[in-house]
Amino acid sequence: MPAVSKGDGMRGLAVFISDIRNCKSKEAEIKRINKELANIRSKFKGDKALDGYSKKKYVCKLLFIFLLGHDIDFGHMEAVNLLSSNKYTEKQIGYLFISVLVNSNSELIRLINNAIKNDLSSRNPTFMCLALHCIANVGSREMAEAFASEIPRILVAGDTMDSVKQSAALCLLRLYKTSPDLVLMGEWTSRVVHLLNDQHMGVVTAAISLITCLSQKNPDEFKTCVSLAVSRLSRIVSSASTDLQDYTYYFVPAPWLSCKLLRLLQCYPPPEDGAVKGRLVECLETILNKAQEPPKSKKVQHSNAKNAILFEAISLIIHYDSEPNLLVRACNQLGQFLQHRETNLRYLALESMCTLASSEFSHEAVKTHIETVINALKTERDVSVRQRAADLLYAMCDRSNAKQIVAEMLSYLETADYSIREEMVLKVAILAEKYAVDYSWYVDTILNLIRIAGDYVSEEVWYRVIQIVINRDDVQGYAAKTVFEALQAPACHENMVKVGGYILGEFGNLIAGDPRSSPLVQFNLLHSKFHLCSVPTRALLLSAYIKFINLFPETKATIQEVLRCDSQIRNSDVELQQRAVEYLKLSSIASTDVLATVLEEMPPFPERESSILAKLKKKKGPGAVSVTELEDSKREGGELNGGSDRGPDTAAMAASNASTPSPSADLLGIRSAAPVGAAPTSAGSLLVDVFSEAGPAAPSAAVNDDGFLRDLEQPTETSDSLLVEGSGDSDSAPPSEDPAPPLSEADELLNKFVCKNNGVLFENQLLQIGIKSEYRQNLGRMYLFYGNKTSVQFASFTTTVSCPGELQSHIFFCALMFHHVC
Amino acid sequence: MMRFLLLFSRQGKLRLQKWFTPMSEREKKKIIRDMTTMVLARQPRSCNFLHWKDLKIIYKRYASLFFCLAIENQENELIALEVIHRYVELLDKYFGNVCELDIIFNFEKAYFILDEFLMGGEIQETSKQMVNRSIEASDMLQEDDSSEWFEVELFG
Repeated sequence: MPAVSKGDGMRGLAVFISDIRNCKSKEAEIKRINKELANIRSKFKGDKALDGYSKKKYVCKLLFIFLLGHDIDFGHMEAVNLLSSNKYTEKQIGYLFISVLVNSNSELIRLINNAIKNDLSSRNPTFMCLALHCIANVGSREMAEAFASEIPRILVAGDTMDSVKQSAALCLLRLYKTSPDLVLMGEWTSRVVHLLNDQHMGVVTAAISLITCLSQKNPDEFKTCVSLAVSRLSRIVSSASTDLQDYTYYFVPAPWLSCKLLRLLQCYPPPEDGAVKGRLVECLETILNKAQEPPKSKKVQHSNAKNAILFEAISLIIHYDSEPNLLVRACNQLGQFLQHRETNLRYLALESMCTLASSEFSHEAVKTHIETVINALKTERDVSVRQRAADLLYAMCDRSNAKQIVAEMLSYLETADYSIREEMVLKVAILAEKYAVDYSWYVDTILNLIRIAGDYVSEEVWYRVIQIVINRDDVQGYAAKTVFEALQAPACHENMVKVGGYILGEFGNLIAGDPRSSPLVQFNLLHSKFHLCSVPTRALLLSAYIKFINLFPETKATIQEVLRCDSQIRNSDVELQQRAVEYLKLSSIASTDVLATVLEEMPPFPERESSILAKLKKKKGPGAVSVTELEDSKREGGELNGGSDRGPDTAAMAASNASTPSPSADLLGIRSAAPVGAAPTSAGSLLVDVFSEAGPAAPSAAVNDDGFLRDLEQPTETSDSLLVEGSGDSDSAPPSEDPAPPLSEADELLNKFVCKNNGVLFENQLLQIGIKSEYRQNLGRMYLFYGNKTSVQFASFTTTVSCPGELQSHIFFCALMFHHVC
Repeated sequence: MMRFLLLFSRQGKLRLQKWFTPMSEREKKKIIRDMTTMVLARQPRSCNFLHWKDLKIIYKRYASLFFCLAIENQENELIALEVIHRYVELLDKYFGNVCELDIIFNFEKAYFILDEFLMGGEIQETSKQMVNRSIEASDMLQEDDSSEWFEVELFG
């Protein structure tokens, strides 16, 4: 057992810990712990009041037991008692206990807050620090409510000790993070910013964390900190290593403070003031220069600290994205790190370069390192470094190197870690589509993807390749041929069968001329895989078979034979059985014309945003895949992948920027959702919804003659029926103040009722009116459904029905209104 | 900001746990399990950084103890590595050639030293001298039981 070190040792505790360590089994340990817990419990409940030292010892033991992983449900009261002791060590243990075992008992919270308040106003710096620590460690809402107003005062008061100021700054930061509404900076703002100029470096270090967080939420209020930060930074960077004394870390002046200052500057755009900006640029150049100098110490701590500042400076340069000179220098520096001995530096360089790759100024410079990155992908032993290399390749990909990069990523995929395969597949698919000039290359790439990593090829990927093949005439023949060859492999992935089945079904005729891929050969090839596939794939294959019957009448007999067999028409799966039966019948009774019409070639798909990109975004979380990917860059012909989120401006610009010069961009262009012509179909669904909410008087009843007449003459039993008088004007205008203009399709909507009974009668942004009608001889029934398209309830909604002019003499009508909430 | 700091042995026994954000006990146990498995599985000579969920994990091995620090995504990894190193230096200064046993038997001191150095997930004081001085000062307070507060000199 080690000798007890400074301060009082609590021998009992040391003995207890030894006992636990000497326990041979888990059961023995639990037994020993329970014994101790019983002992402590009895001591706490005992008649004799415990002295401070014993209380402290037992509370400490309880803490130890808790940290071992056992639950503790008592001792809080005793710990709180310790807080009011005047002895520092007892207070300390008390605070430690309640920070670790946070309790939500309101009585205890009140007592704790009281003790903290006492310590805060004690004017004893040690006690004040203890109290502030506790608030920062626990940071609960109750504490925020109690102390949030007092701490700023302590922070900026002139007579506060430096150490207390540090604690106060970080404590305030913690409270701000958990309860921002309770921390009102208001009058303290300028004094807090002024802390940046404090003489004590520790105070500056603590204050800057606070200011950085506040600036992110209220940039305007704190923007005066920028010039102060720049001057502080330049003083540090230009200081000799002996100037800052104890704040120099292994010959690097104030590395933590420098990093924090650089981080603070990243919350703001480049300074507008020329002098400030000049100083800052000078600073950054000095930092970059220092990286080239020989190191002052061989220790890894020195290089870590130095490089930490360097990487943070590079982040700032990337964030500003406005000094081409600095960007290129940064890129070169990172390029050097790519081949550094130390794995950490290679990792960080790859990561930083990813963000550099999306800047227009440095994109070209990044591309020059492609060979190094590919080499890293192949040879790095650390899987996380390989992954960063793959990310960087994705980011630096553009028209000039797409083929090379996709090839490298495909070969990496063959041996990649399973956890990252899905993401890699999505990325390869996106790159292949985005940079395909020659679509046969695209088809090859996707089919390769399926071959290599079929399990991880999600639906979006193979849907996409089919959409593209359908939409592009020039690649259909190639696709058919390639898919045919791929299917001939002895073990081919089910996704390949799906793609193959679909493509051969649509375009098998393009390769049917060659005897090696004659219709019967194609069919046999597909059918040979049939029994190995899951139900959805088989369903797809059945559809392909009927398409074959249409394309190749000579195969009709063979295919019908297959469809006719029991395993199809009596298949236990409903979908397969239905398809088999229906296709069989269709092939027998339909004339060739009808068959040809039914099985006509699939029309081109409408252009829309790639769902693959959406899936990648969802996978990596928001902000990871930038919208700028879809935007054409300002440089001619280039498109940049995977840049970090550059802020609202670029995102908005990207969203509005729909077209690019490259032929591939259409498919990835951002278009709005389905065109307006789809309105009638959505109306149909609205109609259905409203129907389903309708009361029992819905027209599903009373279809026969008698009932029909009966309902029309008498109001039904359902409640809320009102007889509405026809009066005044016609249309049920929307009840809001400003009737929104109806869509231009309104006339179109009206005209169709010449030959249709059901449909949308009227639609605008607020209201949709659907109509369903039935007529029999001289009787007609119309149902009008009013759909509320807004999210608020209509108030005072009334409808009127009127019969204008001479129609009044011809038509007798009565109107009923059924009421339900929409 | 830092989210948590864990110290564990090569057998996965936890020696110190500091959480900088509130978390339920269940979450903490899960994180401890995840961290120990992930870090102990790493090959030697790999880099010291890992991605885990939306955090970066910085880890380093000192003798028989693994120090595992989780930072938010925008933080600087290399400086976090030096945070770990600085903490080890402080422990070393206090205990004199610190080893795992020191931390086991004086766990409360390890927490106190950590509290002088980090607070609310941020660095409080980067001067080694200042931190050492305040630790020593509190030790001196321990030895004197007279319970009146000391003069201001302690805090320069």
